[in-house]
Amino acid sequence: MPAEKPARSPETPARSAEATAEGAFGRLTGLARRWEGLILVLLVAVMLWASFAVDGFANPSNVSFLLLDTTEIAIMALTMTLVIVAAEIDLSVASTLGLSCAVLGWLWNAGLAIETIMPICLLVGALCGAVNGLLVTRLGLPSLAVTIGTFALYRGLAYVILGDQAVADLPPAYTGLATQTFGPIPLVTVLVAILAALAAVVLHATGLGRSIFALGSNEEAAFFAGVRVKRIKFWLFTASGVFASLASLVYTFRYASARADNGVGLELAVVAAVLLGGVSIFGGRGSLPGVLMAVLLLGVVRNALILADVANEVLNFVTGLLLVASVLAPNLGAVWRRRTTRRSVRLEGNTPR
Amino acid sequence: MTTFTPSRRRGARLGPRFGVVLATGLALLATACGGTTRDDVAASQPAVPAASAAASADPGAPLKQGLKIAFLPKQVNNPYFTVSDTGGADAGKEFGAEVKEVGPSDASASSQVSYINTLIQQKQDAIVISANDPNAVVPALKQAMAAGIKVVSYDSDVAPEGRHLFINQASAEDLGRTQVQLLAEQIGHKGKIAVLSATPNATNQNTWIEFMQDELKKPEYKDMELVKIAYGNDDDQKSFTETQGLLRSYPDLKGIISPTTVGIAAAARYLSDSPYKGKVKLTGLGTPNQLRKFVKDGTIDGFELWSPGDLGYLASYAAAALASGQITGAEGEKFKAGRLGEYTIGANGEVLLGKPTVFTKDNIDDFDF
Repeated sequence: MPAEKPARSPETPARSAEATAEGAFGRLTGLARRWEGLILVLLVAVMLWASFAVDGFANPSNVSFLLLDTTEIAIMALTMTLVIVAAEIDLSVASTLGLSCAVLGWLWNAGLAIETIMPICLLVGALCGAVNGLLVTRLGLPSLAVTIGTFALYRGLAYVILGDQAVADLPPAYTGLATQTFGPIPLVTVLVAILAALAAVVLHATGLGRSIFALGSNEEAAFFAGVRVKRIKFWLFTASGVFASLASLVYTFRYASARADNGVGLELAVVAAVLLGGVSIFGGRGSLPGVLMAVLLLGVVRNALILADVANEVLNFVTGLLLVASVLAPNLGAVWRRRTTRRSVRLEGNTPR
Repeated sequence: MTTFTPSRRRGARLGPRFGVVLATGLALLATACGGTTRDDVAASQPAVPAASAAASADPGAPLKQGLKIAFLPKQVNNPYFTVSDTGGADAGKEFGAEVKEVGPSDASASSQVSYINTLIQQKQDAIVISANDPNAVVPALKQAMAAGIKVVSYDSDVAPEGRHLFINQASAEDLGRTQVQLLAEQIGHKGKIAVLSATPNATNQNTWIEFMQDELKKPEYKDMELVKIAYGNDDDQKSFTETQGLLRSYPDLKGIISPTTVGIAAAARYLSDSPYKGKVKLTGLGTPNQLRKFVKDGTIDGFELWSPGDLGYLASYAAAALASGQITGAEGEKFKAGRLGEYTIGANGEVLLGKPTVFTKDNIDDFDF
């Protein structure tokens, strides 16, 4: 996968500094891309290792399981990337997914047509996201606190709506669609690809994307440069809600089970993938290809280790190690860069025009 | 962090745009009417599930050597399942099979599905599963069955189309009736008794209580009176105070049945520190490790539960019998399960483990779970 480079305008103020740091820059070709390169190398290495060393890994049916298993995380990671690049976070995504599942189950039991229920679920997702967005932008509350609150709120609401029952008599036409594959490629992976392309274009090839990077690296400066900070953030949260409910549809049909506890804990997997993908938790830096590779990397590692009968604790340990490394490496890289270039050069920022 | 307040004019004017989104959604709704509803699905579903595989059983077939059997509990590192799966592994040693336990550390259906998928790749001969969600694992289990893997559920059943056999730890009827019998013996078939249950709508407990009430109608219990069913909501604190309340309202209470592990532990804790210790008998469903102390200090004479080790042991034999072609999972087929003897498959592919085990101070140290 070609690492799409974060939009860096040629008129960056650090240009003169960049010239002096040309040597170091040439070798590093930017921290963000370097990290993506590392993830890519790691991904290829793990895949090669697993294909040879782990029985059944390269099997086409295993490949489709693997892709299928990363679907919901991938979908939610797309909008999570945008949100985190904007220096916010949405921890309520998995709860939004659960609420959307519960609404689906409840309305299905009430006898509504599934084609009617699906848009309602998306609306529910949009509403959940909009509530987050309003609390963050209108009341100026920190998104970490807001979404920890709605994390509990939406999940609680899901239990109120559906209780502890599971709705399982969903239409086979749709549940079949969710696990349908073309060769080793599941149909839902095509959906992920389309959504990913959409998100990548928005983030990396539009003015809106540049605004997101800008407000993520320096909200105040972006604001005075005319970026509509609050409006963009509001819509990012709303989009996050919509994508979470999209993921809930995939989840519900894939497991043929609508429950209030669907997707518990998934938000951490999503945030983990986004951070491993090289997105800075402080905002302003990151790229979608990196995140997608990270989602795949985590999925591949998990799948290969389970296939190799590695105990669950070791599995969690490896995932944790990868994450710590992902947070640690860019920081070590920054220290190293400061030592190699005399002047502090802000290269990693995606400075807006 | 720097603070600054952009003017309201600059902020998001969300009203109109959000309205547009809402309207679009509603329009979608309107156009989407007349799609697939629950009734359509129910109507298109065959009334009777297709008859199970036509493959014929060969009752005389020996158990195959070197079978690969995987136990997939709800959760690993859970003492109950560890004991159960160890029982399964013990059985495997007896007939020369390779038995392993794999599973998620969170008790979720979705992670179980990942494990089922990998077990298919590993070409196991049989999967023995305790399902976190009876339906969510079915599509994956169907794929396993299509790949020739035999599926046995234990402890917690899956929808029948997703497995060949279900090893039922104890029937609801046995559990309900034996708890009354146990308490009746302890109080000499005489006096007021109460039930401390889980939540008022707990399916399992309510079924057991129905059988308890039915058992109490028999003539030998004519001097026993069920005065109250209290609900501790499977919450330790609430169960504790409910027990307290029971004894306050009925000072002449002779016995309490608590058919839930949380309830019985809380009630035992209350009784052991109260003057009622040993005078008010307590029984129900609990685990030996949780109640050992109370059995030894005389708060509890005896309580019951199925033996999880035997459950895994039987499940292992059932899986091996399926994989060796001795049985196909049809009603009436018989198979031998080592030291437990011979079992017959009942309706819906269910095999009943047997009567629950009663734990008293004489045998409690033989169990560790």
